[in-house]
Amino acid sequence: MAIRSFFVPFLLLVLWFYSSLSPVLSLYEDQVGLMDWHQQYIGKVKQAVFSTQKTGRRRVIVSTEENVIASLDLRHGEIFWRHLLGSNDVIDGIDIGLGKYVITLSSGGSILRSWNLPDGQMVWESFLQGPKHSKSLLLLPTNLKIEKDNVIVVFSNDRLHAVSCIDGEVLWKKDFETESFETQQVIQPPGSDLIYVVGFAASSQFEMYQINARNGELLKHESAIFSSGFLRELSLVSSETVVALDSTGSILLTISFQNGEISFQQTPISNIVEDSSGPAVIIPSSVPGIFAIKINSVTIFIRVIGKGKLEVVEKLNQETAVSNALPISESQQAFALVQHAGSEIHLVAKLAHDWDANLLKESIKMDQQRGIPHKVFINNYIRTDRSHGFRLLIVMEDHSLLLLQQGAIVWSREDGLASIIDVTASELPVERDGVSVAKVEHNLFEWLKGHMLKLKGTLMLASPEDVAAIQSMRLKSSEKSKMARDHNGFRKLLIVLTRAGKLFALHTGDGHIVWSHLLHKSEACQSPVGLNLYQWQVPHHHALDENPSVLVISRCGPSSDAPGVLSFVDTYTGKELNSLSLDHAVVQVIPLPHTDSTEQRLHLLIDSDKHAHLYPKTSEALGIFKREFSNIYWYSVEDHNSIIKGHALKCKCTGEVADEFCFDARDLWSVVFPSESEKITATVTRKLNEMVHTQAKVMADQDVMYKYISRNLLFVATVAPKGSGEIGSVTPEESWLVAYLIDIVTGRILYRVTHHGAQGPVHAVFSENWVVYHFFNLRAHRYEMSVIEIYDQSRADNKDVWKLVLGKHNLTSRISLFSRPEVITKSQSYFFTHSVKAIAVTSTAKGITSKQLLIGTIGDQVLALDKRFLDPRRSVNPTQAEKEEGIIPLTDSLPIIPQSYVTHALRVEGLRGIITVPAKLESTTLVFAHGVDLFFTQLAPSRTYDSLTEDFSYALLLITIVALVAAIFVTWRLSERKELQDKWR
Amino acid sequence: MASIAPLLLLVLLSTALTISSGSVDGFTINGRVKIPQGMGTKGFVLPGKTSNVKVILNGGQIVTYLRPDGYFSFQNISAGTHLIEVTAIGYFFSPVRVDVSARNPGKVQAALTENRRGLSELVLEPLREEQYFEIREPFSIMNIVKSPMGLMVGFMLVVVFLMPKLVENMDPEEMRRAQEEMRNQGVPSLASLLPGGGRN
Repeated sequence: MAIRSFFVPFLLLVLWFYSSLSPVLSLYEDQVGLMDWHQQYIGKVKQAVFSTQKTGRRRVIVSTEENVIASLDLRHGEIFWRHLLGSNDVIDGIDIGLGKYVITLSSGGSILRSWNLPDGQMVWESFLQGPKHSKSLLLLPTNLKIEKDNVIVVFSNDRLHAVSCIDGEVLWKKDFETESFETQQVIQPPGSDLIYVVGFAASSQFEMYQINARNGELLKHESAIFSSGFLRELSLVSSETVVALDSTGSILLTISFQNGEISFQQTPISNIVEDSSGPAVIIPSSVPGIFAIKINSVTIFIRVIGKGKLEVVEKLNQETAVSNALPISESQQAFALVQHAGSEIHLVAKLAHDWDANLLKESIKMDQQRGIPHKVFINNYIRTDRSHGFRLLIVMEDHSLLLLQQGAIVWSREDGLASIIDVTASELPVERDGVSVAKVEHNLFEWLKGHMLKLKGTLMLASPEDVAAIQSMRLKSSEKSKMARDHNGFRKLLIVLTRAGKLFALHTGDGHIVWSHLLHKSEACQSPVGLNLYQWQVPHHHALDENPSVLVISRCGPSSDAPGVLSFVDTYTGKELNSLSLDHAVVQVIPLPHTDSTEQRLHLLIDSDKHAHLYPKTSEALGIFKREFSNIYWYSVEDHNSIIKGHALKCKCTGEVADEFCFDARDLWSVVFPSESEKITATVTRKLNEMVHTQAKVMADQDVMYKYISRNLLFVATVAPKGSGEIGSVTPEESWLVAYLIDIVTGRILYRVTHHGAQGPVHAVFSENWVVYHFFNLRAHRYEMSVIEIYDQSRADNKDVWKLVLGKHNLTSRISLFSRPEVITKSQSYFFTHSVKAIAVTSTAKGITSKQLLIGTIGDQVLALDKRFLDPRRSVNPTQAEKEEGIIPLTDSLPIIPQSYVTHALRVEGLRGIITVPAKLESTTLVFAHGVDLFFTQLAPSRTYDSLTEDFSYALLLITIVALVAAIFVTWRLSERKELQDKWR
Repeated sequence: MASIAPLLLLVLLSTALTISSGSVDGFTINGRVKIPQGMGTKGFVLPGKTSNVKVILNGGQIVTYLRPDGYFSFQNISAGTHLIEVTAIGYFFSPVRVDVSARNPGKVQAALTENRRGLSELVLEPLREEQYFEIREPFSIMNIVKSPMGLMVGFMLVVVFLMPKLVENMDPEEMRRAQEEMRNQGVPSLASLLPGGGRN
C-alpha cells in the first residue's frame, strides 16, 4: 500500500509532464468505433409518405415530432438522409412531388421547401406570407397542371397559394375576405380544375369557396348557418361531402356542397348507435364513404350511404388506429385498421366501399413493452400473381416504428430513444466464477493470433485482408459487450427515460438495448409522464447478489400539480418491482446522502404545498432521517418573479394529512432580484456525487491555496428582462448579465459580478470550486466563457509544515456555514467561437485526474476543452515557475482544436445533454451525449496513465523478452566457454 | 494561419445587396456559403455536396439549409445586429456579425467575428479545414528503436557485442589486476550467478 501511495503521485507527475507536452487528446481514424458508438434516430413519426416507384430504391419519407424529416430504406429501416429543422420551424405537412421531390411545409405554413428525394439536398425554399395565422394545409394534386407545371396547393396564414413544384415560384394566391373564417379543409376533386375551401365562420356558419385551380379565381362562395354550432373538426367522406359534429357532440351533420349548393343532413348519434353516452369526437381520416367517431373509448365506423344516410358498420372497443386511404386501382381505395389486443395486434386492410371483405387480416405478436399502436400508414405492392400485397408502417405508444409485411415484423426502430429526458448509470452484474479451461485456451490462442496480426500491422507487413481482419477484430471484441462488470468499470448500463415514458437499459460497450420497460399504467393513472430518474438502491460491495434499482418519478397528467407516481425498476432485469401512486404532486426531489440498511437511498419529495415527504416509508428510514433532521436544507427557484428561497424542515405535517413521513418546511431566507432589471436565466449547483481529491492547490511559488469546496453553493445568472430575447433584439447599453454565487444554507451572496453588454442564453457548469459559464457579449458580438474560482482564506495560514506536524492546524475544525466565510475569488473571461447547447465536465472516480469541459456546440459536436485553458491565473507572460505549473500564456479566445472533438467526424443531431460517468479506472470517464442521436465514448482527460493503451503491442513485448532471454543464454554459453578456455591455458 | 490568406482572396468583391426589406414585417438576409473546390477532399464532405451544411441565425433562432448553388436566405428578420453561424463537418467557419439597419434598408454590414474582417458581400467561406483525427505516423525503424523495448534490445546488443571488444582493447596487465581484485573481493562472476553456473 505504501508503494502504491508513493506510486500514485509519481505517476501523476509523469502524466502531468506528459499531458503538459501535448494538451491535445485525440484519436486515429482507425480507432473510430473501438470505444465509442453512435446511434441515429428520428423520433416519433407524425406523417409518412411512401415512395415506391419501380425505379430507384423503395423508401418512406417521414416527418417526426422531433422535427426531423428523413428518408428511410423500406427494406431495412435505415436512414438514407435526415434533416433536423430548427425548433421554431415545426413541420406541418410533407408530401412527395413529381416522384422526386420531398415537399415540406413548416413554420406554421410560412416556409415551403423542396428536397431532392435521393440525397436530401434542398432544391428550393419559398416563403409564404399572409394576413393572419391559421391552420396550414398542404395538398399535392396528382394531375393538376398550370402550363406544364405541377402545382402544390398550400393553405397557410389565411391565404391560399398555388406554388410551382419545379422552382417554388408562387403562381397565384387568394385571400378570403370573410372575417373570422377558419379554414378546415382544402379539397381538390381529382380530374377537375376546381379547389374547394371549406371551413367555419363565427361558430355556426359553414362556408364554402369554389376556386378555379388554374388562376385562383373565385367561382362561387356559399355559406349556410346551422344554429347550434359546430365542433371544429371535419371528416372528408367524398370530394363534395364532409361530416361534422354539432357543438354538443351528439348530432352528426353530413354537409354536402355538390354544385355549389350547401345542404345539411342531421343525424343524432343516438339514432344510429344504441347505447351511446357522452360526447363524440371525430377521428380525422380521409377514407371515402367512411368516417370514424370516438365515444368514450369506443371507436365507431360509420358509412355514408347515398344522400346523407348514415349506417354504423363496426364498433371496436380496443384501441384502434386508422390509416388514410390508399388508391390501389382506378376505382378502389384501401385503408388499414390496427387494433391492440393484449399481446397481439390485429391488422385489417379493407376496401373503402366494401366493409365486409378483408383484403388482409393478420395477427402479429407484439412486445407488450411497445404499448398500443398510435398510428398506421398503409402502402401496397403488386405480388407476382398480380394480387395486392400490403405493407403497414406502425407507430407504437413507445414511439417505435415498425414495418409489417406478410404477417411479420420486417424491421423495427426504437425511435423513442430520440427523446431522452433523463439518464443514470448502473453497474452490471458481477461475473460468475468458474470459467471453463477450454475457453481460456481458446481465448489465449485467439489472443496470441490477434496480437501477431497486430504486430504485422505495425510492421507494415499486413495484407489488405489482414488489415480488414484486424479492424473487425478490434470492433467486435466480445469483451466489449459482455453482460458482466469489468475490472476497469468501462462496462455499465445506461438507464435512460424517454418522453414516451419508457425506460431503456443501454450497454456502454456497444450501445445495444439490454432491456426496455414501458412505465406501468394503473387504474389511477392512465398516462404517466416520466420526469426524472434517481438511483434508488445501489448495493455495496458486500451485498453483490442484490440487484440495484432505480426510482422513476412520473406525473399523472400534464399539469405541474398533478399527483406523482413512483416506480422502482430493477436495473438488471428491467422488472418493475413496485409502483406507488402518490396523493401529492412532486415538484422537487432531493436525494439525501443517507441510505438505510438495505442500501435504499433516502429521498425527500417536495410537493406543491411545500410539504416534504420522506421515501422509503419505513421506520428505519425515519430514524435515520430524524438524526439528520436539522441538517437538511434546500432551495427553490421561482423563475417568474425572480426569487430564490431557502428552506429547512420545521416539524411534522399539521392539518388534514396526518402522516409521520410528511414534514412541514419553513422558509429560511429569500433572495429577491429586482424584477425590472434582473431575470433568472440559469441556476447550477455541483453534482451531488462529485469526488474532490484534494482541497489544497499548490501554486508555482510553493504557496498553498485552499479551494472553497462546499456542496451548498449555487450559481445563479440573471439577465436584464429586455435582453432575455434573441441576439440582436437589444443594444449593448440595455443588456447586462449578473452572476452570483449564493450559499444555499444561509442565503449569503458570496460573490457577484456584472457583465455589461452581455446577453443570454447562459449555459453553466459547476465543479469543485469553480464555475464556467457561457454567454453572449454584445459589444464584441462574440460568445464569451467566464470562469470563477473560489478559494477559502480561513485556512490560508495552514502553510507552516510545523503547524501541521504539531497538530496546530485548523484543517479538521468544524466549519459552520453560518459564520461568515473568508473567501477570495478569481475570475477571467475568454472569447469562444461557437454557440453552445450544453456544457458538462468530466468526472472521475477519485477526482485526481485533471478536468476537461465538454462543450456541445451548435454544430452538434462535443468539444473537449482542458480546464487549464479556463484558468483565471493565465497571464500574458507566465513566469518560469508558472509555466512549470502548467499555466498557459493568456490568449483572448479559447482554442478550438479539431482533434479534441470527442465526437470526431460525427454529429449528435439535436444535441440536448451531455452526461459523464466515472469509470473505476481513475484516468477514464465515460461520456454519453444525447439528442436525436446518441453518442457514447470513453475519455481520458490526462491520457490513460494507469493502464496500457489499446495500441500497446503485447507481441512486441513478448518478442523482446524472448530475445533478451535468448541473449542471456547465448552470453552465458559464451562466457562459460571462455572461462573453460582460460582454465586450459 | 498563413494558409488562410489565399482563401480570403477568393471572396468576390461585388456590390450585390445582401439585405433587403422584402416585406412589411421584417428584413431578408441573403447570403451564400462557398466551400472552395480542392478543399473537402479529406472525405468528410464530398466536394460540392452541401446537403448537410446548416446555416444558423442567432444561436438557433432560425436554421436553414443551402440550395444546390450554396445560397441561403433568412426572412422576417428584425432590424438589429445578428449572428450567423455555419456548421459543416470538416470545416471551420467563423461566425458572422450582420447588421440589419432599419434606417437605410439594403445597407450591408457584415464582419467575421473571429478576425474582425469586414465582408462586402455575404459570402461565407471556411477559415480552415478541420482534421478530426491524428495522422498515424508511418512505420519507421527509428520508432521501434526509440520504444522501451527497442532500447532494451539495443542495450543488450551493446553489452553483448561491444563489451568484449572493450575488454580486449584493455591492457592485459591491467586486466589481470582487475580480475585478481575481483576474485579477492569475491564478486561472483556472471556465470556463477546463472542457473547451473555453480557446476564448475
